[in-house]
Amino acid sequence: MQTPAPLADYVRATSVADAIAQLEKYGEDARLVAGGHSLIPMMRLRLARPEALIDINDLDELKSIKVEGNEIVVGAMVRHREVLDSPLLFEHYPIFRECEKVIADPVVRNRGSVGGSYCQADPSEDLSALGSALRGSVVIQNSTGTRTVPMREFHFGPYMTQVGDGEILTEVRFPIRPGAGSAYEKVERRVGDWAVASVGTFVVVKNGVVEDCGIGLAAVGAEHFCVPAAEEFLIGKAPTEENLEQAAAMAAEGCNPSSDQRGPADYKKHLAKELTLRALRRSVQSSQGA
Amino acid sequence: MTAVEEAPLSPAGNPIGFGNMKRVEDQRFIRGEGNYVDDVNLPGMLHSAILRSPYAHARIKSIDTSAAEALPGVVAVITGKTLEGIPRPSLLGDNFAWMPTLSYDTQAVLATDKVRFQGQEVAFVIANDRYIAKDAVELIDVDYEQLEPVMDAKKAMEPDAPVIRDDKGQTDNSITDVHGHKTWESGNAIGTAEAIAQAEADPNCVVVTQEIMYPRVHPAPMETCGSVSYLDKVTGQLTMYTTSQAPHAHRTVYAMVAGLPEHKIRIISPDVGGGFGNKVGVYPGYVLSVIGTIVTGKPVKWMEDRGENLMSTSFARDYHMTGTIAATKEGKILAVDVDVLADHGAFNGVAQPTNYPAGFFHIFSGSYDYPHAHCKVTPVYTNKAPGGVAYACSFRITEAVYLIERLVDCLAAELNMDPAELRLKNLLRPEQFPYTSPTGWEYDSGEYEKTMRVAMEIAGYDELRKEQEEKRARGEYMGIGFSFFTEGVGAGPRKDMDILGLGMADGIELRVHPTGKAVLRLSVQSQGQAHETTYAQIVAHELGINPEDIEVVHGDTDQTPFGLGTYGSRSTPVSGAAAAVVSRKVKERARQVAAAALECSPDDLEWELGRWYVKGDKERGKTITEIALLSHGSLELPEGVEGHLDATAVYNPPNLTYPYGCYICVVDVDPGTGQVKVRRFIAVDDCGTRINPMVVEGQVHGGLADGIGMALMEVIAFDEDGNNLGGSFMDYLLPTSMECPTYELGETVTPSPHHPIGAKGVGESATVGSPPAVVNAVMDALAPFGVRHADMPLTPANVWRAIQGNPIRVDMAVE
Repeated sequence: MQTPAPLADYVRATSVADAIAQLEKYGEDARLVAGGHSLIPMMRLRLARPEALIDINDLDELKSIKVEGNEIVVGAMVRHREVLDSPLLFEHYPIFRECEKVIADPVVRNRGSVGGSYCQADPSEDLSALGSALRGSVVIQNSTGTRTVPMREFHFGPYMTQVGDGEILTEVRFPIRPGAGSAYEKVERRVGDWAVASVGTFVVVKNGVVEDCGIGLAAVGAEHFCVPAAEEFLIGKAPTEENLEQAAAMAAEGCNPSSDQRGPADYKKHLAKELTLRALRRSVQSSQGA
Repeated sequence: MTAVEEAPLSPAGNPIGFGNMKRVEDQRFIRGEGNYVDDVNLPGMLHSAILRSPYAHARIKSIDTSAAEALPGVVAVITGKTLEGIPRPSLLGDNFAWMPTLSYDTQAVLATDKVRFQGQEVAFVIANDRYIAKDAVELIDVDYEQLEPVMDAKKAMEPDAPVIRDDKGQTDNSITDVHGHKTWESGNAIGTAEAIAQAEADPNCVVVTQEIMYPRVHPAPMETCGSVSYLDKVTGQLTMYTTSQAPHAHRTVYAMVAGLPEHKIRIISPDVGGGFGNKVGVYPGYVLSVIGTIVTGKPVKWMEDRGENLMSTSFARDYHMTGTIAATKEGKILAVDVDVLADHGAFNGVAQPTNYPAGFFHIFSGSYDYPHAHCKVTPVYTNKAPGGVAYACSFRITEAVYLIERLVDCLAAELNMDPAELRLKNLLRPEQFPYTSPTGWEYDSGEYEKTMRVAMEIAGYDELRKEQEEKRARGEYMGIGFSFFTEGVGAGPRKDMDILGLGMADGIELRVHPTGKAVLRLSVQSQGQAHETTYAQIVAHELGINPEDIEVVHGDTDQTPFGLGTYGSRSTPVSGAAAAVVSRKVKERARQVAAAALECSPDDLEWELGRWYVKGDKERGKTITEIALLSHGSLELPEGVEGHLDATAVYNPPNLTYPYGCYICVVDVDPGTGQVKVRRFIAVDDCGTRINPMVVEGQVHGGLADGIGMALMEVIAFDEDGNNLGGSFMDYLLPTSMECPTYELGETVTPSPHHPIGAKGVGESATVGSPPAVVNAVMDALAPFGVRHADMPLTPANVWRAIQGNPIRVDMAVE
């Protein structure tokens, strides 16, 4: 059995304000625990050694999926399972269901949270690719107020985000785009493994040209999980196979994957292109304006 | 000999003999009421943790344990130096710092001079609980001088390679076996070389050579290894609860290591959560729990975590093979030659019979009829964990089957011949049995073509080929792969086979109570094989006692007779035979008693299931239950017949049993991503008489999952710095139900002529037989790209790279 290092304190937060107060009290060695499916294994392997755990599982204010204006708002404590099952998310973006289907396994999805996934900021996090593709944003709260950060500015690097000490990510926002088609593609060595590479895309086709599109890539060393040049190339052009291929090639060009046991860099680069192309094709097909 | 007729049912609805019967063991397992080593908690018990080396090769300059010792709750910290100070009154060295391996090498219990693999045991902490023990491990300060590690087996014998075993005075990394040899050969070297040379010169023949690696994998049982040891200072009795597949063999090893007599050692293997060979060896952790109780006077529990299990306990395979196969252009195989580089890690801890330094690898000539075969195996030391025979491999028959089945497919590709047709042309024919192979094995029985035809029938082989053709025309890639394997299991005949001098026969005891209920005491140890169920069925089959009235006792050396344990599919071939033999002794005794009771000659009696009766007068007879009571009663017994029916037996098998089978795998490959989907898997096994078909099928299901795992995802690779890249379940991938199709099983039954009930071992058949079927299927799918071979595991990256003509070297870090 893997045994974690000593933990000085464990508290259950009663509100977001209380969670922030507790974070301030314990300082930089405190960690929030939501689903615990990254943090607890890391603690058991002694890769993480927080002094105190602040449990936010009771914070019902963070558990809803709703529409506000022209945005969909997903609370930080929404579980992967709820994203997978949400008719609202599926109606606007099928990519949510496609992406969640290939995240870990049912046991992890039942507990793991959206906020936890974003804050863990694993370079192969599927939701990061999705969020970057849809150009979502996150809301971060501290004792002085809240601020909204675009997803494409949220990460400083692997496992590093804009969420600082004494702060909590409360919700994730996704703009609604009528007529958007979307799709998610992932290659993994086995169900439940981290992605070798994954790509999520949306495309809005209007009057035979791509009016808007987004491409998000995980596990392939794309800065902020995106390659804007590929999107810019495609916008305003007809969604022909040739143009999609060119965009996919540009997306791969913008990636900087590293070799590991999941695969060599040349293969991952190839996948970035192949999966982008496949996701774009399906996004175009399902765009209502197509 | 066979037992195909249906057995009558007992009052509980179980077959009184062979047939499907639910596993008795599952009653407790499915309720979470199993009792594993980690469930054992003795009064006053202490816990422990091991400090392991972060480096693959380093000199230990100093170890400072003072901070760890000062941590509240720590009872003792033991290092290699401590062990060097404990004198050992045995022939195996004068202190406890080193211990013998199962291959007559030595292994450090705790490193003294150097660490030789990442994860090697360096210090042992005993504390009040396991958390404190682990905290204390972090406080031990070891000053290492890093040395260059030897991670590439192919470079281990280069002249400038660092020497790993300088403790033995070695000047290179060669391994000398107990017979004094640095290489081991089998078969006819000259005949094989000549046959291959002739084929090379003959325009009507072809010769194909292929490098084939079976990379390092790990059995990864669900339960990791551990033990609870307690030395009672009053009685001098050492009791050890331990995860062992071979309690009696372990007891003898501990007796030799500790210099204690066996009767002062009691080994108890309670429920064991999977073994697959991982729990055959004796690990430093086990020995340290014994030393811990000697030092503290209290029970000491050692239980490794998952990473420790994967990084330090017995791995499997790691065979670098170069095979050459010669054949006529019509597809008649003429000869096979193979050269093997065997990576044994830092200590030669391979578990195998003494006379077989490469295990049973030389059964590689396989299921085919050809006269010339030869192999040469060269073992080397590297800076990796020791082990080498594990993961349900039947003493390296896994490697042998993989080699020949891949070679046959390479030959089929070269000849542009259907691999099924090529196999059918070369399979041994029924009239050739018993068949002596070119490397000296005597296959007991087989009707190979029949089994292969059954598999092809289930698969719908011709239809599959048509489908493949149509798909290829559309740019879709499906593959069909065959494997026809022959195993030799049930080690083994005493004259040939021993481990550390212990002959591989197994004892058994059958006690029949006055009420006719019975207790059977086994030397072998279930790790999931359902012995409590199937052994009761063997006795039921022989004596007619209801299986629910037969208690099967195993896993406690104080309660069971000596024997070598469960691995290499040996339980049914050896101990299962013993169960039949001891039952027949009881039956014969019962005959004497019945004759006395019926006032007739024993010769006048005939047997029907559960009853002796007078020939020609079926009404006059005695059931086994009646006879049991009579044997304990006041009936006057004939001279020379003792009371009671109890009997013992020791079974020394005359030969191995040779189960075989034909497996067919169907895969779909996405060439754009390299992903492989196993769509179908057909497995037709012939293991002779099936005691409990449901249990056989369960074993086959598990083994097929193993095979899919090894073929597609499992591997323990190392980087050049010596880091183990498979040290957790994040990195060492095991297949899930999502990667495994619904298996399609079939059977043929060709009994073993020399086994009392005609049964053959089957526990490892599917693990041995399935990997080549999966790999052959993927290679078949990739044939249009000109791909002939890529090493396992066929991850998406590896498949894609194979298509690019540049498959991955799987035993090293991916670059």
